[in-house]
Amino acid sequence: MAKRDDDDYPTTGHEWDGIREYDKPMPRWWVWCFYATIVFAIGYTIAYPAWPGITGATQGVLGYSTRGAVAEDIARYEAQNAGLISQINETELSTILETPELLQFANAGGAAVFRNNCSQCHGAGAAGAMGYYPNLLDDDWLWGGEVEQIHQTIAHGIRWDEDWDTRLSMMPAFGVDGILNDAEIEAVADYVISLSSSPAAGTLGETLYLDNCAACHMDNGMGEVELGAPNLTDAIWLYGGDKASVVETITYSRAGVMPAWADRLSEAEVKQVAVYVHSLGGGQ
Amino acid sequence: MSADTSQPPKLFEAREPIFPKRVSGAFRRFKWWIMAVTLGIYYLTPWIRWDRGPNLPDQAVLVDLANRRFYFFMIEIWSHEFYFVAGLLIMAGLGLFLFTSALGRVWCGYACPQTVWTDLFILVERWIEGDRNARIRLWRQKYDLRKWRLRLTKWFVWLMIAVATGGAWVFYFADAPTLLVDLFTGQAAFVAYASVAVLTATTFVFGGFMREQICIYACPWPRIQAAMMDEETITVAYRDWRGEPRSHGKKRDATEPHGDCIDCNACVAVCPMGIDIRDGQQMECITCALCIDACDEIMDKIGKPRGLIDYCTLGDEVRERAGEKPIPAWKHIIRPRTILYTVLWAGIGIALIVGLFIRSDIEMTVSPIRNPTFITLSDGTVRNAYDVRLRNKTGDNRDFRLSLTSEAPLRIRVSGTDLLSVPVAANETRVQRIFIEAKPGTDAAETHATDVTIWVEDLGSRERDSVETLFNGRN
Ligand code: HEC
Ligand code: HEC
Repeated sequence: MAKRDDDDYPTTGHEWDGIREYDKPMPRWWVWCFYATIVFAIGYTIAYPAWPGITGATQGVLGYSTRGAVAEDIARYEAQNAGLISQINETELSTILETPELLQFANAGGAAVFRNNCSQCHGAGAAGAMGYYPNLLDDDWLWGGEVEQIHQTIAHGIRWDEDWDTRLSMMPAFGVDGILNDAEIEAVADYVISLSSSPAAGTLGETLYLDNCAACHMDNGMGEVELGAPNLTDAIWLYGGDKASVVETITYSRAGVMPAWADRLSEAEVKQVAVYVHSLGGGQ
Repeated sequence: MSADTSQPPKLFEAREPIFPKRVSGAFRRFKWWIMAVTLGIYYLTPWIRWDRGPNLPDQAVLVDLANRRFYFFMIEIWSHEFYFVAGLLIMAGLGLFLFTSALGRVWCGYACPQTVWTDLFILVERWIEGDRNARIRLWRQKYDLRKWRLRLTKWFVWLMIAVATGGAWVFYFADAPTLLVDLFTGQAAFVAYASVAVLTATTFVFGGFMREQICIYACPWPRIQAAMMDEETITVAYRDWRGEPRSHGKKRDATEPHGDCIDCNACVAVCPMGIDIRDGQQMECITCALCIDACDEIMDKIGKPRGLIDYCTLGDEVRERAGEKPIPAWKHIIRPRTILYTVLWAGIGIALIVGLFIRSDIEMTVSPIRNPTFITLSDGTVRNAYDVRLRNKTGDNRDFRLSLTSEAPLRIRVSGTDLLSVPVAANETRVQRIFIEAKPGTDAAETHATDVTIWVEDLGSRERDSVETLFNGRN
């Protein structure tokens, strides 16, 4: 079919170096597509939340909301995981560690719980913070590194008064309470520091240590997990292993507090995060 | 007629229907062959089987989106090796540059799916409704029983082709025989049906109704191509210095001198784009060469030499008008520009092939854990953690053994086990946490960083891979 000659069309009047711009009509299908998008847009604002009002927006006749969609997603995942969750609930912690499928699931779930609930204190990488929160990656444990012990610590917290089963113990503030004088504190501090390398036997420090500290930290300084008394002979110090820090510890005492999680997290979540912490590299 | 500015301009314009006439000749035959081959490749490829062993799919060409694998005969590409696909796309791009600078819009005229399917749809149209004149008559007449019957048959056949086209597409993404059964029994995934539906609709509409409008309005390629053509690019042209002044019938006898063009309009009638090639080079022209066939037939009939409409170049036009001989075809094709494209194209191709053959079946990447960079154990040992990603690209379950080499006396341990080997299932990736430790007081423990190389060895095939990384000490 013969096409219309280009000269039939008006131009916009613009001209550059002899090149004129035609004012050609849009193809019909294009125009219809354009109208269709307008119709679609109107339909869309009726079907979905769209028009803002004073106190809220129109809800749309389909009743869709992004929040609702997320809730549905979450419900779907929970339904998907329900089987594994009930297995976690029913299985002993030590058995979970030996069942690859459950271990993987617990580690993944535990990692999520950890990021949400624990990382603000223990750090996203679980490395803790010197002087405040213990490093959970190493092999040194205040309250024990077996998975059941870790579970107990997490479920009931440490020095957490609201929980009857919380882990309790209190190192006396030897300086503030006047049990030891400054010189004695210096001497016992020197002895404590020497424990990591070669114990300074026969010194005043040793005597004072055996009298005042061994009840909790044990004669050899290896500590006692039942009391949360740290091992003083190793290379790991929560509150610092230099003289000034140790003197401060003995003078004022230390008492880290960690919340109990049994009433905030589900049973399965506590178990999962215990497995996760155990698997970080220091579990016993 | 000059522009009528008293009327407001129309805002839209109806498409002028085009009724391409049947044509025969060398180019038409060639196009039939290309149609048969390209459609054959498209429809049949997913059905070719290729044995890869028990754990891997046996479809020769398969894009496995769920497991992020791409299988192409003996080649298997994982998602992290996507650069192969990128390389192929670059090659495809350069290939188009090469063909365009040498032969103009050959892609458009012969191989583009839009052209091939439109050609097929026009063929069906001609079978059912007759050739050009019959179709024009049918188009003009009112809808009666016969017109409805012809139209509905035509649309039905188009729709079947469209369904088959959309259907064939999804077979590239799943095991074809299984999917075929699933599609018919209603077991296939929703995306499969949705893809079939969308592709059916586009094929039906693009091939049956939109046709040349896709090329003219929707496709960016013609516009890009314009930038790649030059005076030596071969394209379809009308030798107006030979054809003009055109005339026919009584007028022809009266006009003297007259050109070879007898104004029979054969070239216009066969054109699938609805243009008149005698108006010169046009944006709409896809260089399908059907007008060449049409004109040659006429020239044979009236006893004139062929080639009034012919493949030639702008450069040749100038030379021919000046009475010189055109330069030979190979000189159009082999030029510095096309040689450069060929070299680039082949270079990338060779690099990809070499890359394919030096790939090993096992692979490892290492991400050092940097939060924290190191920890101290109770006996003072300094420990770094790393996540190693182990890939077993073989079809068997394998044990991978990890080890390390370093100037410093470091020790490697696998988290959660006392062993140094980890099982990696067939065709799987496993992420494993490992530790590297330096004894207290050693240089590595006290200095800032020490170089280490982590090795992985497939205990089955003895293949190895290694990654260099750093061990961070206390300072
Ligand atoms: C409010 C800060 C805080 C939060 C939140 C917290 N912890 Fe603790 N956590 C502590 C403190 C402080 C200690 C050390 C208590 C002490 O000195 O005995 C501790 C100790 C621990 C221990 C015992 C370490 C050892 O050496 O025995 C474990 C295990 C532990 N936390 C796990 C967790 C987990 C798991 C979570 C998240 C569910 C969590 N913590 C959340 C502050 C916190
Ligand atoms: C009633 C038991 C008890 C007694 C007695 C006791 N401690 Fe402690 N000690 C603890 C507990 C519990 C902690 C851990 C506190 C915490 O984690 O918040 C601790 C922590 C410490 C620390 C900090 C360790 C670190 O990792 O930074 C030092 C040092 C220490 N004690 C030294 C002493 C010395 C010296 C004495 C004797 C003068 C002593 N303790 C007596 C229970 C005791």
